[in-house]
Amino acid sequence: MSDIGWIDASLTSARPQAIGALLRYFRDLDTAEEAFQEACLRALKSWPQNGPPRDPAAWLIMVGRNLAIDQRRRSNKQEALPDEEAISDLGDAEADLAERIDGQHYRDDILRLLFICGHPDLPATQQIALALRIVSGLTVKQIARAFLVGESAMEQRITRAKSRVAAADLPFEAPGAVERSERLAAVAAMIYLIFNEGYSANAGEVDARAPLCEEAIRLARLLLRLFPAEPEIMGLTALFLLQNARTPARFAADGSIVLLDDQDRTLWNSGLIAEGLALIDKAMRHRRPGAYQVQAAIAALHARAARPHDTDWAGIDALYATLERLQPSPVVTLNRAVAVSKTRGAEAALAMIEPLAERLSGYFYFHGLKGGLLTQLGRKQEARVAFDRAIALANTATEAAHIRMHLDRVLRDSAPEHDALG
Amino acid sequence: MLYAILCYHDEATVCAWTKEQDAAVMGKLKVVQDRLIKEGRLGPVARLLPTTAATTLRKDSDPPLVIDGPFAETKEQLLGFYVIECAALDDALDIARDLGRANPGGSYEIRPIGLFMPGSAGA
Repeated sequence: MSDIGWIDASLTSARPQAIGALLRYFRDLDTAEEAFQEACLRALKSWPQNGPPRDPAAWLIMVGRNLAIDQRRRSNKQEALPDEEAISDLGDAEADLAERIDGQHYRDDILRLLFICGHPDLPATQQIALALRIVSGLTVKQIARAFLVGESAMEQRITRAKSRVAAADLPFEAPGAVERSERLAAVAAMIYLIFNEGYSANAGEVDARAPLCEEAIRLARLLLRLFPAEPEIMGLTALFLLQNARTPARFAADGSIVLLDDQDRTLWNSGLIAEGLALIDKAMRHRRPGAYQVQAAIAALHARAARPHDTDWAGIDALYATLERLQPSPVVTLNRAVAVSKTRGAEAALAMIEPLAERLSGYFYFHGLKGGLLTQLGRKQEARVAFDRAIALANTATEAAHIRMHLDRVLRDSAPEHDALG
Repeated sequence: MLYAILCYHDEATVCAWTKEQDAAVMGKLKVVQDRLIKEGRLGPVARLLPTTAATTLRKDSDPPLVIDGPFAETKEQLLGFYVIECAALDDALDIARDLGRANPGGSYEIRPIGLFMPGSAGA
């Protein structure tokens, strides 16, 4: 890899830690971000000549901090001239580091930075945009592309998010154990949003949105390095890895959705699957189940099946039953019904989803699954009604086309269809 | 004499490589590996999964203590390694406990292997 390639990767991986520490010093997102940018410019000049520093994040923190202090003093003429010793002196900086580098400190810095970006006062879309901009360092253009909006709209969204965060009461004090675990849960939820935003892409958007999934995985791995014994963070990371592994098989060449049962499993990314399975394995040893672990365990059962009919549907049914207890939601029950249709048949699955009709009446997938189950039972007229409803509710042309394909099969009086989430 | 070359690098940086960057590095390494294979000198090569997937068995206590994460102490040194086919982490931990009974003290870090080439040197 070229020098610049190495430096780029190094700056990217140091970013959350460096901005997190700079935010602790300056208590202002813009200042922290600018200080980091300045430090990166210095790094691009200095590292190729002097070689990379032993601890790139520490280097960026000290240089960024000194540059920002320098900048502040220069812009404030009332103040005395800068104390030369306190600024841009790397010798001192390195000495200062020795006592500052301590895992706990950095862990809380990064957690705080993520927590602030995922501040509960912010709507979900602003949380994601802010985290991608500040923590991941994606450009506004890249984020706008991932969200399928214009660059200026995204710029505004991020600016609004920043001013909202600035107005909020930010937690700069060191967190206690309870606060730390609350922050961790909020941050995990925010990273989950980032992943889903990327994963729910259409065929035509996969390339644009893939970076969201990759960023979510990077952030989850980062959290896991900071909190190596948290089974839910293992579960979250495993879930992303196992789902992302299926991405190459999720869409056909013409852009249509390929259901899980029909996917070419040789296209699945075996490296991601191996890591995901190792992590869920580790998590389960703790016997502290949580929603992310259960979802990852479901994904793991799919990943372990070399062929669709090897899938342990009874296991998946049992895991969804656990998920229903941990996180009751009609959508979870709907997903469970897919597993039930495989183990106990379409009749049982239909009985399971019928009570959800009212709450999920506006949900595309409910009508799609209902149509599929009715088709299996040979109730074609009712199936058509359900599929028509699904098409009307489809969010995207791809979804609508997918249901239309099922509808065509019903009309052609074809063999019963299976259905499962892609 | 067989020599082991142990690979160290900043994991966060390596994980931040894009697919293309990763493939480029692996491609360059393969040139060196291919030469060694031709010469019949390359033994097993493994690329380990990230330390986040690691578990450590501390066998300086009885019963040994299982800890999440990689081996992090610096007062002990890497003295050897095993590559074992295991059904799951619990299986690997059982084997590590058996080994630990034969040789108490120190730790075993149990780390899943992502990529493994058995090699042929010393055969």
